Amino acid sequence: MLKEFINKYKADENKATRTGFGEALVAEGTKNEEIVVISADVTNSTCCDKFAKKFPRRFFDVGVAEQSMATIAAGLGISGKIPFIASYAAFSPGRNWEQIRTTIAYNDSNVKIVGSHAGIMTGSDGATHQATEDIATMRAMPNMKVIVPCDANEAIKATIAASKIWGPVYIRLSREETPLLTTPEAPFVPGKAEIFWDSSDSKKKKLSPQVCIAACGPLLANALVAAETLEKEDIGSVVLNVHTIKPLDENKILEMAKKCGAFVSVEDHSVIGGLGGAIAELLAKEKPAPMEFVGIQDVFGESGNAWELVEKYGLSAKDIAKAVKKAIKRK
Amino acid sequence: MEQEITEVKLKFIEDRAREIRSEVIKMLVEAGSGHTAGSLGMADVFASFYFHILNHDPKEPDWEDRDRLVLSNGHICPARYAAMALSGYFPLKELQTLRKTGSRLQGHPHRTSLPGLETTSGPLGSGLGQAIGMALSAKLNSKKWRTYCLLSDGEHDEGNHWETVMFAGKMRLNNLTAIIDRNNIQIDGYTEDVMPLEPFRDKYISFGWHVIEIDGHSPYEIIAAVNEAKAVYECPTAIIAHTVPGKGVSFMEKDYLWHGKVPSEKEAKMALEEINKGI
Repeated sequence: MLKEFINKYKADENKATRTGFGEALVAEGTKNEEIVVISADVTNSTCCDKFAKKFPRRFFDVGVAEQSMATIAAGLGISGKIPFIASYAAFSPGRNWEQIRTTIAYNDSNVKIVGSHAGIMTGSDGATHQATEDIATMRAMPNMKVIVPCDANEAIKATIAASKIWGPVYIRLSREETPLLTTPEAPFVPGKAEIFWDSSDSKKKKLSPQVCIAACGPLLANALVAAETLEKEDIGSVVLNVHTIKPLDENKILEMAKKCGAFVSVEDHSVIGGLGGAIAELLAKEKPAPMEFVGIQDVFGESGNAWELVEKYGLSAKDIAKAVKKAIKRK
Repeated sequence: MEQEITEVKLKFIEDRAREIRSEVIKMLVEAGSGHTAGSLGMADVFASFYFHILNHDPKEPDWEDRDRLVLSNGHICPARYAAMALSGYFPLKELQTLRKTGSRLQGHPHRTSLPGLETTSGPLGSGLGQAIGMALSAKLNSKKWRTYCLLSDGEHDEGNHWETVMFAGKMRLNNLTAIIDRNNIQIDGYTEDVMPLEPFRDKYISFGWHVIEIDGHSPYEIIAAVNEAKAVYECPTAIIAHTVPGKGVSFMEKDYLWHGKVPSEKEAKMALEEINKGI
């Protein structure tokens, strides 16, 4: 069972998902010479610096030019290379969305788009640098896969997996150091959601789950904390790590809908069109169930400490627990 | 490869250019929509590439060592489709499917629809970047094939194009050649009225490119310029090909209104008579 691999979520060790990506680039770049990296003047903060230093011939800095980064990568990706393009998600895929759409997705070029500093947890830089719409805009694009790793270890696996999948993949990363929720050994299969908590298997109580909390990215930690709190109040739940938003693990989500009968989505992203949107589309079509959305409520963020912003914008464990109760009440 | 050009070969290319023009007119009338002026204006460039310059194999479009020809201004694809059909990539009669449901000949070219297209294009300013990616790939793999990118002048309004011009200059990509269709028109009017590009040549020079200006209707000059580009080892080359939009059909020439308009049956008949006079 996967959860045996999972570290206790109040882990002492914190690490940013972008750091995991940087490590995987070097490791996989050593094995696979076709991997090339393009940066748009944010090489250090996207953690591409080690790759750049180790493989200078396979690293290109286009300057502050996200649009050309995308088109140049498109050309490399249809000429046998596996380009990773990395910038802040607000700019790539924010600014270069059309270039990604036409020259990477429609063109079926083997490019991996890495958007770091995604979500409100980007913190002090403020709303201009906090991408909260990128899952929606990338998910709507045919031929694009979307992965949001929950921690640095999962980011490593997602990066390696992306390099081995043909075609465009979007990987969404965070700036902030967040708890390590998984071990290096924990399984990761793109497109396969994993149960990280099931109250009916808990050692303390054996509560049958009344809600499925589906989360992606580092906020999965808050979902786990919420689940534990809810157990104390005799409310059973399942926490599902939906790291791949496209293709969505429809079987697993419908299985959870059947088992739990209500959903709460959790994401550091707008409640419009992200993970919650993807799940709601599926449920509406196949198995309607009450659902609450924990995410950014159609507003822009602001400067501040990442964890303070999590509280202020309603993404904390407390907010998740509240949403759970509301969803259950609507059953 | 040494490419000696003879009078016979030049005549051959000129004849192919006329055939391209003729096919373009027939395709556009059948399709009922599309871009006439630019397609006619670049017929000589396409003929020179497909029938002389390119190292390619129509029977094996994915041949790894082929030269790459990227069309950035995808809207003039009728001329490319015609050149491809005439050189044997697919049957001529397929040209009549342009823009129709289920056709491999999309209104703007799509790479995975038709072998030999190299890229997907239409949204402007994105072709040179892709050509740069290909040229980089050739460099990384120590391959000798060259990358050519055809561009319109109007698409130089796009900021993202200049990002790529700057990058190619930085990388000194001597295996990359851009051929710019300097026909002075865009949808809203004449380029120098809508958004002036001059001094055009100086812009490229200041970005670290070698620049050659030619008559874009002279296969001799087109081929000579490409050969000069091959001999420039320090930087990428931009060939500014001065062309007449609508070339070959007198009532279409130099009129920006023909940018995105197709001829009626009657106009097409007149156009074909004029084009075929030379064959």
